[in-house]
Amino acid sequence: MYESDQRLLEESFKKYYFNNFDLIHVPDKPSEREFGYQKFNGGMNRHISLKSDKELHLLLITNIPSDVYCSNAYYLFPTLPMSEKDWKGADLIFDIDSKDLNLNCRKEHTCAKCLSCNSIFQIQSSCPKCNSTKFDAKSLTCNTCISSAKDEVTKLYDILTNDLAIEEENIQVYFSGNEGFHIYITNSPYQQLSSRERAELADYIMFRGVIPETFGIKKFNFEKSSFPELNEKGWRGKVAKQIIGAKSKKPKAIREVISGGYTMFQKKLDNLKDIIGTRIDPNVTMDVHRIFRLAGSLNSKSGFSKVLCKNIEKFNPFTDACLLDDETIEIKANCPIQFKLKNRKFGPYNDEKISVPKYAAVYMICKGLASTA
Amino acid sequence: MINLGQDEIAKYPFLADAGQYLKDKGFTLEQFDTDPDLKLIVEKAYHRIEVAADGKIYKSDLIDDKAGKDATLPREVFSFLIAVVLLKLCGISSLIQRFSLAEARRAEKYLEKDLANLSDKTKEELAVRIIRELFSLTVYKQNDYFAIPIEDYLKHSINFHEREWKLVNRHVENGMVYLTSHETVRLVRKELSGYITSKIHSIHTPQMSNGFKKPVEKLTTLAKKFSTQTISSTEYPPCIKHAIEVLEKGENLPHSGRFLLATFLLGKGQTVEQIAPLFKNAPDYNEKVTLYQLNHLAGSVGNATKYSCPSCDKVKSQNLCFAIPECDNIINPLQFGKKKTLNV
Repeated sequence: MYESDQRLLEESFKKYYFNNFDLIHVPDKPSEREFGYQKFNGGMNRHISLKSDKELHLLLITNIPSDVYCSNAYYLFPTLPMSEKDWKGADLIFDIDSKDLNLNCRKEHTCAKCLSCNSIFQIQSSCPKCNSTKFDAKSLTCNTCISSAKDEVTKLYDILTNDLAIEEENIQVYFSGNEGFHIYITNSPYQQLSSRERAELADYIMFRGVIPETFGIKKFNFEKSSFPELNEKGWRGKVAKQIIGAKSKKPKAIREVISGGYTMFQKKLDNLKDIIGTRIDPNVTMDVHRIFRLAGSLNSKSGFSKVLCKNIEKFNPFTDACLLDDETIEIKANCPIQFKLKNRKFGPYNDEKISVPKYAAVYMICKGLASTA
Repeated sequence: MINLGQDEIAKYPFLADAGQYLKDKGFTLEQFDTDPDLKLIVEKAYHRIEVAADGKIYKSDLIDDKAGKDATLPREVFSFLIAVVLLKLCGISSLIQRFSLAEARRAEKYLEKDLANLSDKTKEELAVRIIRELFSLTVYKQNDYFAIPIEDYLKHSINFHEREWKLVNRHVENGMVYLTSHETVRLVRKELSGYITSKIHSIHTPQMSNGFKKPVEKLTTLAKKFSTQTISSTEYPPCIKHAIEVLEKGENLPHSGRFLLATFLLGKGQTVEQIAPLFKNAPDYNEKVTLYQLNHLAGSVGNATKYSCPSCDKVKSQNLCFAIPECDNIINPLQFGKKKTLNV
């Protein structure tokens, strides 16, 4: 990143932090958490302890981090090296990212930036300018991405409250600050689960590793198979609803299952994975030592804030999480994708000098598609 | 300690305090050495181990879970206690493990029956208590099923590799997993056998006496049958081949894939210098970073923690598993191509 870009981002981030102390708090039991931060063009600083909002705000103002993190885990000694921290438990966390959802819209709002010559182009096998095969994909999230990610949050919420019996007041949904959502479960019986146990929970939520026997389909004595009822709880009922649909169609649907055989049913289940399973990133859920982006902080991949979503349906990240000010800034933008922030359209820009509000300038610079003029 | 009735001690002899039991019955270990009537029990004890070593479950003399004659009950308990003495004197851990597993499976049958006993509530309560006190597993009876909190279920189920034990293949409702009595007891088999093993290990080894010499010698011969031979091939498992292919093509291998590859090769005894060039084609290759990370995994920098190759389960959940029949139910990629044969 150019020095002048870094300066602009640091100034903008500092101003945001200074004016938004009310949005940025240490989480519950701060003295048992590990904090960490990164600076622009810098490495990770972690194993930090912050005991109060005051200490956190001081860190933000003095270090002006690009990203701030806090552990989901609780430790006896959060500042010691990993193996000596003495793990006491960890909040259950979930990451839903629209880039993992294989959406068709993605190619429409993704471009490539060559790592050798910095030119921007439509994704293809090599850079049209210098033929290098090494490039970064740059994506500007769209409404479809966000609404698909919201659908996943809804599916997750249903499983958490019904199957896992987690109280609604213990579930917090945050916009990640870039392309998805972070879900936290606090005060649950799952705090003590180890990484392997969390991986099992993740597989449950994702509907991974299912076998036909769970739904009464037998490998041997196939004709003796029995099928779940529509009103059953958990996955059995959900699968029945998907495969049978309405009650009146049951005989026909079951005939189809019987004629398809065991292997066919396994395929059917595998296909259902993306429809009824929630597409979370399992690596996040099974990590019991992760330092996860701190709520209220800015995400340096976009300049958006990680904000609490009180009403997920109505939540619009392009207005609700875009919290930088609108001071006009002159930049040189090479952004082939049009985007909308705070109800205003921007772009596309073809390597041109433009004057835009700071929130849009920061967004493009964070994405690597513009720099200060 | 759970208070047990006479019949219960015969069913679950590992719950009894061995020394105390002998004393209560008015016996000493030395008597087994000399008393011809008690020698029969030593033979029975040897037989109990022999059956276990063969992977079978010892058939007890209990009829309808009750001691038929007055003498049956102490015989049942004594043969278990003497078997433990013989195992301690012999000191071969593979035998102890086989014995513990067989005894666990034997107890499992009674536990299952007791758990599902509708006519005798005290039996069900005892089974629930054994499960709770020994394995901190809370079981609630609901109609014909046994409900276990998800978090408790997971602690035990992760020891199983069969897919039917995955949470996703279970009846889950409102924070609970619903199991049959058979499944509930099966869930703790491994821990039950571990409990018996640890109990045997914790017992003080008695002095060798003449009467025990012969059966102990026979046990040593028996144990030789179970030494294993390992044949290994140099072929890499498909997950590792995939990781190498992705890197060779210059495509991006996720962090978890790089971790798998590096820890696998380190586990195979390769050095950091041998492994580093594999990552040269990665789109974000940086020699310094690669070497730093590899050295970290090898435990040569940082806090000297050596990272081990992730389990097949973990690899599967990271979408990096491409199992083939040759994987043959291994549980860690490092086991690929290693075939164990019994030295019979």
